[in-house]
Amino acid sequence: MNRQQIWISLITLTLFAVVPPLTVLFDQPFYLDMFARIMILAIAAVSLDLILGHGGMVSFGHAVYMGIGAYAVGILSYYGIDNGFIQFPLAMLASALIGLIFGAMSLRTSGVYFIMITLAFAQMLFFLAISLEEFGGDDGMSAARSEFAGLIDMYDGVQFYYLIFACLALVLYLLHRLVLSRFGMVIRASRSNEKRMHAIGYPTYRYKLAAFTIAGTICGLAGALFANLNEFVSPDVMHWTHSGEIMVMVIMGGIGTLIGPVLGASAFLLLEEYLPEWMEMVMTNGGEHWAIVMGPILIAIVLFGRGGIHALFASRGKIGVKQND
Amino acid sequence: MTEAALRIEGLCKSFGSLVATDDLHLDIAPGEIHAIIGPNGAGKTTLIAQLSGELRSDRGRVSFAGRDITSMSMPARSALGLARSFQVTSIFQDFSALDNVALAVQAQAGHSFHFWRPAQKDPRLQDPAREALARIGLGDRGDVPAANLSHGEQRQLEIAMALATRPSLLLLDEPMAGMGRDESRHMVDLLQGLKGDHTIVLIEHDMDAVFALADRITVLVYGRAIATGAPAQIRADRAVRAAYLGTESSTDIGDA
Repeated sequence: MNRQQIWISLITLTLFAVVPPLTVLFDQPFYLDMFARIMILAIAAVSLDLILGHGGMVSFGHAVYMGIGAYAVGILSYYGIDNGFIQFPLAMLASALIGLIFGAMSLRTSGVYFIMITLAFAQMLFFLAISLEEFGGDDGMSAARSEFAGLIDMYDGVQFYYLIFACLALVLYLLHRLVLSRFGMVIRASRSNEKRMHAIGYPTYRYKLAAFTIAGTICGLAGALFANLNEFVSPDVMHWTHSGEIMVMVIMGGIGTLIGPVLGASAFLLLEEYLPEWMEMVMTNGGEHWAIVMGPILIAIVLFGRGGIHALFASRGKIGVKQND
Repeated sequence: MTEAALRIEGLCKSFGSLVATDDLHLDIAPGEIHAIIGPNGAGKTTLIAQLSGELRSDRGRVSFAGRDITSMSMPARSALGLARSFQVTSIFQDFSALDNVALAVQAQAGHSFHFWRPAQKDPRLQDPAREALARIGLGDRGDVPAANLSHGEQRQLEIAMALATRPSLLLLDEPMAGMGRDESRHMVDLLQGLKGDHTIVLIEHDMDAVFALADRITVLVYGRAIATGAPAQIRADRAVRAAYLGTESSTDIGDA
């Protein structure tokens, strides 16, 4: 991450930080919810960027870890365990474990096979969730918000918002350190030229697996927050289209930049929210066909905006070459 | 007689009906530059791939410094001190030249499960990497992205990366490939300078370079070693002349 990326990160985080006072000022509580959602998906997208952007692992089932985090909270809450200090670590542990198992098998393959096998594993858990009648099957289940021994009131929108904000900022900082560390160098170089990595003595599998597990763990955190936000958990969270959306956020924002996917998540969710309204203004029932506009926007970004939204803010000419500052 | 640095016994590899390595026996002596030459398709690169662990051998045994490494993975062989360069330049294009070498240094500096401290500010990686770059003649090119280096410089970087893993044995697959005259001469000097510190197995089509550098030469034809000996011996060998040097114009035995 270069200096520019750090600046973009700080500015973005500052903007997120001033959302609550503004929503109070203008009495628009809806936006608090909106931006809380954006930040949660941003955490998921950033975690995918670690393996997709930096590690070159095109995981097409990333939403499954959000699902596991969400279900961990939902199921614990179902059994009367509302303590967040138990829920959150367990949610992350469960996602880490599943990430480790799925990763261990998926990373034996590469390329298209890797994409397909990660998708297949995700679908497996999706259908498992549907079959769990005890936990609502495909209707899902409600989940009470976590309790943090009176320290944080999750039903207070602003407190909850800043908890998510803190998680996002922490995840960004930790991954920023990680990407530049020895470990980060290894996974980035493995994306660049894995055969060369083997030749100079790296057993790359174990490093990629560790990265895959870390990404799953962080995405599990996003899932736990997501269950809290919605007070509801359903298999939809891990539907493959949701995995696809997270991937689109990463690509839209700029892969391999960490902060890019945060911008991507913001753009994606804001477009998803407002594009139908705008289209309704232009034509009757236009709102239903918002995807007609969304699709070309995505294609345009992929075709013309290599480097994503992030590249619009970062100076030209440096894109494509990894910054090593 | 000292123990061979690398001992190849009865090594075989075929791809379908094509025999790439055919019951090859070869001892590489410690400290020597051992060139392996042969016409296109003789199985030279296949041999390097087998020796480095990239390809699994069908039969036979490879021992390195007395240890059987036949079924070892590439990273494990590298850890023992066996390094290779690639015929087609294989570097980390989007990393700086210095980072390419620093990665090679890091590979030998214990495990890389360090998540916190920035690797690019670690003198334990940067200093040896700078040293290796300087030794190879790229001392002032460290900050240049590897993709922006000239072809010759990238070939040098290949060697620098191999050297940075502190190997005792180097497997060099056509280090002069695609180089101009001056660049080749520079590379010959460079390899000459490595002599003594490293045992080198050299595959090369540039016969001037081979005869200038090699202590011994093995001629490979259809995966078989038809002759092994000192350069003068090889020049005089009937079978070799017939199979390979027969044209007399030894320099035009170039790879396409």
